[in-house]
Amino acid sequence: MSISKKGLLAGVATATIALVATFVAPAAYAGTSAAACANVGSGYAVQKGKTVEVFTSVVGDELTRYAKASADFTACTGIKINWNGSDQFEAQLPVRVAGGTAPDLALVPQPGLIAQMVATGQAVPAPSAVVNNINRYWSKSWRNLGSVGGRFYAAPNSANLKSLVWYSPKQFAKYGYTVPTTWADMFTQSDKMAAAGQTAWCGGIGSGGATGWPSTDWLEEVVVREAGATVYNNWIAHKKGAYFSDAPIIHAMNTVWGWMGNSKYVGKVSTIATTSFQDAVTGIPSGGCMQLQQASFIAASLPKGSVVSPTGDAWVYYLPGINPAVTTPVEGGGEFYLAFNSNKATVEVQTFLSTPQWAVSRIKAAGSNGGWLSANSGVPAATYSNPLDALSAKYLSDSHSTFVFDASDAMPAAIGNGAEWTGFTDWFANGTPVKTVAAKIDAAWPSASN
Amino acid sequence: MSLLTRNKAPKLAEPNAGRKLFGSRGATITVWIIAIFWTIPTLGLFTTSFRRKSDISATGWWNLFIHPHLTLGNYSAIFSSSTVSGIPNGIMPYVINSFVITIPAVIFPITLATMAAYCLAWVKFRGSDAVFYGIFALQIVPIQVALVPLLNLFTGGVHIGSVTLVPALHIAGKFLGIWVPHTMFALPLAIYLLHNFISSLPRDLMEAANVDGASHFMIFRRIVLPLSVPAIAAFTIFQFLWVWNDLLVALTFTGGTEGIDPLNNKLAGLAGTWGSHWELLTSSAFVTILVPLVVFFSLQRYFVRGLLAGSVK
Repeated sequence: MSISKKGLLAGVATATIALVATFVAPAAYAGTSAAACANVGSGYAVQKGKTVEVFTSVVGDELTRYAKASADFTACTGIKINWNGSDQFEAQLPVRVAGGTAPDLALVPQPGLIAQMVATGQAVPAPSAVVNNINRYWSKSWRNLGSVGGRFYAAPNSANLKSLVWYSPKQFAKYGYTVPTTWADMFTQSDKMAAAGQTAWCGGIGSGGATGWPSTDWLEEVVVREAGATVYNNWIAHKKGAYFSDAPIIHAMNTVWGWMGNSKYVGKVSTIATTSFQDAVTGIPSGGCMQLQQASFIAASLPKGSVVSPTGDAWVYYLPGINPAVTTPVEGGGEFYLAFNSNKATVEVQTFLSTPQWAVSRIKAAGSNGGWLSANSGVPAATYSNPLDALSAKYLSDSHSTFVFDASDAMPAAIGNGAEWTGFTDWFANGTPVKTVAAKIDAAWPSASN
Repeated sequence: MSLLTRNKAPKLAEPNAGRKLFGSRGATITVWIIAIFWTIPTLGLFTTSFRRKSDISATGWWNLFIHPHLTLGNYSAIFSSSTVSGIPNGIMPYVINSFVITIPAVIFPITLATMAAYCLAWVKFRGSDAVFYGIFALQIVPIQVALVPLLNLFTGGVHIGSVTLVPALHIAGKFLGIWVPHTMFALPLAIYLLHNFISSLPRDLMEAANVDGASHFMIFRRIVLPLSVPAIAAFTIFQFLWVWNDLLVALTFTGGTEGIDPLNNKLAGLAGTWGSHWELLTSSAFVTILVPLVVFFSLQRYFVRGLLAGSVK
């Protein structure tokens, strides 16, 4: 009895295997298409039947856009790109690399993970064509983020920008204010607003269990603007001279206190700790408060019916720099393509993914809603159909930009998602002295992190 | 009065004490209440999967009964080649992969474990107890510890210095490469459970068969297998649910292609990078639980039925 049952099951299994085989039979390669090649650029060898896997944390419809954007490349070269998305990417990549099943390319969203993968000895440095592209199209700080120990490994993919200030063009026009281009101008104008009885700056750091995070961005913006990328990166790494209690960070904290902790500009400071970050932006269109430092995603929290445009109810300007030695400071995030072999097909895909042609087709695949920016300076500004994206991309792709990663995301979780949040909440809620706040955060730094 | 009762002949335990306890009206009501409460989330999931995204975010799932406004959109989005799900050919290839992975990964360990359990229980050989305890002890090893070394074995083999002990098996990213880990991880528990069951079969049966001239294989095939059906079926359910619901082993050993990935690897990603298509999770989750439900209901009678009852007087 059991044998006949087993036989049946085995039969079912074989049948399903056969069925799967028909499902995954590769589509016949149609041949090089001239129209597709025009969008891809020159210099690629045709390699029919090759598949290159790109492992990524991007999933769902967003991943479809990657496949759409790379369709021309496949039509032109015959190399199929398997965009393999997993929401378990961060955990899976080290397992696959350790287990000997490393992907051809990985789209890594954290510089720390690049260094970790390079340390395994399995990641390969970027080929010369990619090095040429990075030198030609990206600012030096982007190249440094993709480098480990002085060798360049990973070219950037997309980027996002946090260094924005929200304001209302209608309110600015009504009172004759202008968009400031220097830090000093910004505060001269804020003084004018204060003198006119207006609240110059909106603020809210309430975010449930994550209360405090918007204020970490304020400090990060000031640290990079005053002290530059080296101190900023030392600060993330908790190196001596860039502890929270050391001079550059204390100075930056005092600057933040003179800005967002200044009752002249924000009204009652302690309400910042109790206002949610979403509510902070609601005063912008009506002029309830005039400016808010926050990334572009906050547009979703604007009151219904608000027009987001350079002449509408809400728009952004770039948060100006402070120290002229730090050129175009921008804070944000990005992802990088890291290769695990130097097969001809992998190199060709890796090269394509570092070109402006790739960025342009990926931006087009995003459609009118936008949401995908590149720091590649070879991308024409007109490619962006979303004006907010175009504005952000202008600063990200500036060849002199000083780009830094969000520090609280890069610090150990005990600090970046813990002591810094609670310390800053205490700072704004109770006006705790800067030195006390800094000392408390330093004391919480996990000793094993160095 | 009470003294009198106590002095009566010692009372034997009520043979059906359990049945009486669970058969009472109060117990029935309690069981029904628990069952209903435990089913409500599933019912909510089921009804939600037929609602439009805007309705789901506006009102609770029970509103479907008040204002029926059904849609199959969530189902067509996951089965068709929609751009919404991010899966070019829909989830059907992955459903088939799940079957191709699960069915052999259930048959292999059950077959091996039944034979091993009989052998360890009824074939006395030197060290058989040690082998059994060794296998039993293997259950202590957490599979998370074994994942990466096993993957290394598949891709690179085992070497000491330049001496190759095991050559690279090259089965990672193939179906064999996931059947083998599932079988390995299932065997200790399967052998242990089946050994306990098979060793409790009456010795008289085996001896009678032996006297009649039956070989070990005959005894196994004619007596042990038919009598072990409840235990085998019970373990089949466990193993099927474990493999079908598995994500960790599949993530580690499959290659991330449409040709091999099981459904679970794709499910979590359906909602999208920013979770904007969470409504697809309702329909896909229901598709996933459908199969284990069918397996459970078709085999569940073995949980309660004792085949042995009546076979030995």
